[in-house]
Amino acid sequence: MNAKKTGLIFFPAFDWAISPTHPEREERLLYTQDQVFEEGLLDLDNVFEFKPGLASTEDINRIHICVPGAESVITESHLISAGGAITAAEKVLTKEVDNAFALVRPPGHHAMRVVHGARGFCNINIEAIMVEYIRHKYGHKRIAIVDTDCHHGDGSQDIFWHDPDTLYISIHQDGRTLYPGSGFPNEFGGPNALGYTINIPLPPNTSDEGFLFALDNLILPMLDEFKPDLIINSAGQDNHYSDPITNMNFSANGYATLNERLSPDIAVLEGGYSIESALPYVNVGIIMAMAGLDYSFVREPDYNPREIEQSSEISRYIEDEVSQIYELWKNRHSQKAEMVKDAKYARRSRSIYYDTDGINEEQEETVRICDDCGGMLTIDSKASTGNRIFAVIVPGQSCPACREKGEKAFESAETGQYDYVYFQDRDRNIFIVK
Amino acid sequence: MILGIDVGGTHTDAVLLDHYEVKKKAKVLTNRENLLDSLLEVTEEILSDEGPEILDRVVLSTTMSTNAIVQDKISKVGMILASGPGLPPSMLRINDDTHFVSGYVNHRGVEVAGIDHDEISKIAGNLREKGIEHVGIVGKFSTRDPHIETDIGDSIHDKFKHISLGHRMSGNLNFPRRIATTYLNAAVWDTYNSFIDSIKEFVGRFKTDFPIYILKADGGTFEIGQSVKCPVQTILSGPAASIMGILSLTNFKEDAIALDIGGTTTDIAIFAGGIPLLEPLGVTIKGHKTLIRGLRTRSIGIGGDSRVDYENGELKIGPERIGPAAAFGGPSPTPTDAMIVLGLTDIGEKEKAEKAIAGIAKSMNVSLHDAAETIFHSACETITSSVRDMIDEINNAPVYTVHEMFEGKKIEPTLLYVVGGPANPMAPRLGDMLGCTTHIPENAEVANAIGASLARTTTELTVLADTEKGTLTIVEEGIQSEIPREFEREDALKICMDKLRERAIKMGAKEDDLEIEITEDQSFNMVRGYYTAGKNIRIKAQVKPGLISNFQKGETR
Repeated sequence: MNAKKTGLIFFPAFDWAISPTHPEREERLLYTQDQVFEEGLLDLDNVFEFKPGLASTEDINRIHICVPGAESVITESHLISAGGAITAAEKVLTKEVDNAFALVRPPGHHAMRVVHGARGFCNINIEAIMVEYIRHKYGHKRIAIVDTDCHHGDGSQDIFWHDPDTLYISIHQDGRTLYPGSGFPNEFGGPNALGYTINIPLPPNTSDEGFLFALDNLILPMLDEFKPDLIINSAGQDNHYSDPITNMNFSANGYATLNERLSPDIAVLEGGYSIESALPYVNVGIIMAMAGLDYSFVREPDYNPREIEQSSEISRYIEDEVSQIYELWKNRHSQKAEMVKDAKYARRSRSIYYDTDGINEEQEETVRICDDCGGMLTIDSKASTGNRIFAVIVPGQSCPACREKGEKAFESAETGQYDYVYFQDRDRNIFIVK
Repeated sequence: MILGIDVGGTHTDAVLLDHYEVKKKAKVLTNRENLLDSLLEVTEEILSDEGPEILDRVVLSTTMSTNAIVQDKISKVGMILASGPGLPPSMLRINDDTHFVSGYVNHRGVEVAGIDHDEISKIAGNLREKGIEHVGIVGKFSTRDPHIETDIGDSIHDKFKHISLGHRMSGNLNFPRRIATTYLNAAVWDTYNSFIDSIKEFVGRFKTDFPIYILKADGGTFEIGQSVKCPVQTILSGPAASIMGILSLTNFKEDAIALDIGGTTTDIAIFAGGIPLLEPLGVTIKGHKTLIRGLRTRSIGIGGDSRVDYENGELKIGPERIGPAAAFGGPSPTPTDAMIVLGLTDIGEKEKAEKAIAGIAKSMNVSLHDAAETIFHSACETITSSVRDMIDEINNAPVYTVHEMFEGKKIEPTLLYVVGGPANPMAPRLGDMLGCTTHIPENAEVANAIGASLARTTTELTVLADTEKGTLTIVEEGIQSEIPREFEREDALKICMDKLRERAIKMGAKEDDLEIEITEDQSFNMVRGYYTAGKNIRIKAQVKPGLISNFQKGETR
């Protein structure tokens, strides 16, 4: 392995919790801190620790429609964790380091485009905020996000659903057996970005073998074809065999191997709640793998590969699934015509539940069918909080037609039945509320 | 009276303080081959008019351990590492005699694997065969529970002259630094102990009794008898003496910068509210990052005698010194020569300085004065930009709580203290550039010896309480005891204060000097399966570096 310069942005938020006994509490990264400090990783010549910056409301409004506004859905801690992800990106894009890991909390990958409150412990989507920050500051980039959290990253999927320049790949425990219950292979991206959302649900009890098989035979080949400018690992750690709220059998060594092979430019911590038995070792493994160090001596005290071996049924199931998804990916370009026919707009209606805050949202999203960009988007959303909003979103790299239609849609939107009407134009960094 | 002696690389200085006034100063050349000779010489000189019975306290800052390490005059050490999972052994091996053994505890101090006595006795035999008398034993997370280290130590202690245990070096986490610290402690143990034996023998002849203290890297002292247990703490006491010297010659409670400008290098230190800042983890010596508490200093390669060169349109000052300033017959122009040309100082031979700077002026195609001004300004610029970098680094140190992110204190120095040869000519410009009021302390030439004389005894202590396990650990003292489930943060705080007090007094502190500060104060609810299973409490406290009591800063004359 070659040593790489690795940046570490560590923010354990030792004074912040969703509630005292919530998995997302003060103690979560305590033992990770202990292990990272005891291993002396921050003393290594090629590992650099950076203090996180603070994300701004502007950074949030570039990607989210927060109802009624960003200030109302976040705490200071969210500004730091999103800011930490941005700092990681800054250090990589300015070439101060070769790669960086934002070991921060709270997480973000369940936060969708419209935010009425917290869901799946997430308020704002820290990777998505980072991605649009990168594009705003460093120019448009093709970005691949590989989400290795055990839960389907439904928030990230929602945000990048219509974006053909972001390949969002989520590998997670089958949604029939775990929150949030989504993330099936047929969730494949919006009509303008078919194939740029990829879901790889794995059966419960999948171990290192299954994860690495999907990585080698599906994720890495897709990345080779997509040719991203940047690879981001949404580094949830709850696939670990000791995680209390999931059912997978991934190990610290498996996580490290995955990161060595994936070689992400930026990794951002997501979930992972086996705070004593998994996180200290998984995080040390990831940092060492990113820094190009020999991680073969990183192992959990109770690690016994035989005990967590996956069954041959699971192996066969994953092999089949991987080849099916790869077929789907291969044929992504030919599916659009069949799907949209001669429609000018595509519409989807959804109910979204915010489990953390107990909010129900009814959402109707309409995208303009477009061959030149991600497509102008309008959203009509009504939440059990009583808020009803309308939002017009002009995507990044938008074509003139979509921008014009977007501007018109916002102009003509009546505020009457809505509490707020929003306009978001990524390329021009415009965010207006009326 | 107090006798303070600073054994420096070049000179050995001594001061005799009578009611905090400098009664007498002495300076001799340091005999690097035999530091004791220099000590005796300077002591005899300073006590030429007095008898030893006038001494109430003697403090010594010595380069004994530092030199031993830097010059590789150290004992062979056998290292036994219980390394557990994590970094590969290849990254932990510190010398040819490093051995890895089974047995380790996890981050909570729970034993995961036990030690193998056969394995250890084989290693001990192997080390003995090689004639090794000094052993260091270090376990991963031994600061959480030291029993792996003590068990290994107990099983082989009769086979070796001395054994250094990792957890006694520091209560802080960092396994590679604990290895380096323990290794160095074992490696200098013999040299340091025989040095101290000779001092004791010499002092014994005085037939009078007074306490002798040794200065540590953190600017604090410990009693000589305590120092032999942990000699590695005495390394790098030189820079600490200089910082404590500035503290003793001045009187301030603000954020401040201290510069010691020498011939070759300039040392920078920062004070927060009048207290010198410590290195976050420990000092570095000869490439070894350690857990030794030390004052935070940065040394840069620029001084009064730095070589000045103009090449390819670029002015270069330092980092090398090839001789004294041209004004003193040196071979090349230096910042000192520039200061002479500018009339900022009238030392040396002005013509020689002018001639040297004229060469640079010609290459730069500017007047003599402008060349001197450019050199002088550029030297000041190099120093001030390093100062600013150091302050930025301190102010941008990572923090781990939301509170500190938003409310964290920033260092904003308003005072600048300058000592060293070029202090007078350089201080005003440096002060302007840094936006600070400038002070040049008097008696600065013996500041180090004064600093050592007046430094108080410092120490720190770590209390860890895990109420789910039901254990309390004070690793620096090797204490482990049982605690009840209802043990609280307040209980830990109280124990920490009491034990720190005891420890400081054992190390030689006076009751009046115990200026204690809590440096870490955390209590986490440990939740298992949605129920609170216990508390994880972490308290750390220190006796701050500072001056002995009854002494007001700035009183020394």
